[in-house]
Amino acid sequence: MSVEPSLNRAPIMERFGEAIEDLGTAHGIEVFAVPPEKIVEFCRFLKEDPALKFNFLSDICGVDHYPETPRYEAVYHLYSLPNKWRIRIKCRLGDPPEVPSVTGVWRTANWHEREAWDMYGIRFTGHPDLRRIYMWEGFEGFPQRKDFPLRGYKDKLNPFGAEGPPPTQPDLATREIP
Amino acid sequence: MTEVTELMKPEGEALNTKEVLLNLGPQHPSTHGVLRLVLELDGEYVERVDPHVGYLHRGTEKLAESFTYTQIFPLTDRLDYLCPPSNNLAFALAVEKLLGIEAPIRAQYIRVLMAELARISGHLLITGALPMDLGAMTALLYVMREREMIMDLLEMITGARMHTSFCRVGGVREDLPDGFLPKIREFCDIFPSRIRDYERLLENNRVFLNRTEGIGVISAEDAIDLGLSGPNLRASGVDWDIRRDEPYEIYDRLDFNVITRDEGDCYARWRCRVDEMRESIRIIEQCIAQMPEGPFQIDMPTIAFPVDKERVHCSMEALIQHFDLSAYGFNVPPGEVYSAIEAPKGELGFYIISDGSPKPFRMKVRAPSFVNLQALFGVTNARYLADMIAVLGSLDPVMAEVDK
Repeated sequence: MSVEPSLNRAPIMERFGEAIEDLGTAHGIEVFAVPPEKIVEFCRFLKEDPALKFNFLSDICGVDHYPETPRYEAVYHLYSLPNKWRIRIKCRLGDPPEVPSVTGVWRTANWHEREAWDMYGIRFTGHPDLRRIYMWEGFEGFPQRKDFPLRGYKDKLNPFGAEGPPPTQPDLATREIP
Repeated sequence: MTEVTELMKPEGEALNTKEVLLNLGPQHPSTHGVLRLVLELDGEYVERVDPHVGYLHRGTEKLAESFTYTQIFPLTDRLDYLCPPSNNLAFALAVEKLLGIEAPIRAQYIRVLMAELARISGHLLITGALPMDLGAMTALLYVMREREMIMDLLEMITGARMHTSFCRVGGVREDLPDGFLPKIREFCDIFPSRIRDYERLLENNRVFLNRTEGIGVISAEDAIDLGLSGPNLRASGVDWDIRRDEPYEIYDRLDFNVITRDEGDCYARWRCRVDEMRESIRIIEQCIAQMPEGPFQIDMPTIAFPVDKERVHCSMEALIQHFDLSAYGFNVPPGEVYSAIEAPKGELGFYIISDGSPKPFRMKVRAPSFVNLQALFGVTNARYLADMIAVLGSLDPVMAEVDK
């Protein structure tokens, strides 16, 4: 097994300098913290820079750090097919969480962002089609947030759910169980 | 393709035509599970496709936050249920990275052997299911015969046919049973000739070729842009296999080829998988030949149950550790890890954030089928409804993994 040359951080830090934060290496992956307003520029740079070529977007996911502030985080995992490097970009978001969409950089970001919106309520501005993906249209709340009960809220269809704010959807509160 | 379609459209305004909104699924045999496609049709011509997923959403990631690490293994089984050993392996590797441990060599061989058996089992299904979607039923019946052999082998090791849950953090649950090696050698001897049978059944089948060759072509740039991975990406000519490029476990000791095709069409995606099964057989044969004797679990009583149960009966400390491990699990040092393996469907990654407790703070599954399915609307030149079925079949999504 040949030893791959490791990622050179200098050009990245030189290009973005103060705006981003170098969080070192965690279990073989380089980690950077980037503010939300820089995320598209940063991703485009990583993808298009001839020395880096992070052309493969592995994953985007939301994280809820409740009760810390800033509460939310969008985490991007990138892979460079030519160089075989991985990189993680962490982007802390306030409440309500909002971050520009990277669908313009990679088309595959579309469903990842829809999932993060569905589960954490992170709004990706500029996303072409930001709908819920797993939960049904009209579902209220964001189920993977830490303050959302594991079994959901109690209503007629879910007698084992947690006591909580009654659903504001009229048909759900009054619907008869068939 | 476009010219043909233009010719087939009715001329002039004489005919009263309008677009039809067709709902395909969620209960439909060719959507491979509970996938619902809302199609805007202009005759037989698909103008727009809008996949609706989530019918099988079980909240694996949310559930995992309330389970100890060992309890999560059965959840991972239910992601891609055609190949649970791969999912177990991916999760175990992620947790082991966080703990900074490695499984003993024998355990690594057992895991790789099972993961490759699972890969064959997963690829076998699409080898038969794609032709079935296109009307050739026979192949599916043959592949089920061979899948049954794999099920028997997995049952012999784990006692379960489908949801094996065999990996543990720091090793595997048990050693291989007596009499297993002759059985798997027998399988390795028989199987290559069976692959030849499928090929003879399909590779000269005019109908199958017409329905797959040149259909649903995805270029290499598009495939990368759409985040395809695994055989779907390699069928578009991108030479990337995590087993070779970021070797985990003992893959760097094994000799195998990474299968790529340049065409990027449905046939190439099918063909890649058929050829990969041959490579998997080679890997299994090498595993059997190289597998050393030794422990199958790490000797750390705080993380893995002791192999020698006598210790628990004779020593107070061992009893306490055993009780702690059963009742509370084990603490994992705080940190974040992303660990990806080459699962049969593509890059299966686990992103785990640990806060130091026995339960993950956040577990994200990078499910390959989820990303691969998204490519359905990136495929521009499969426009007939019937072609879309071929593309969907060749992308090989497993809905349990898409919906998590």
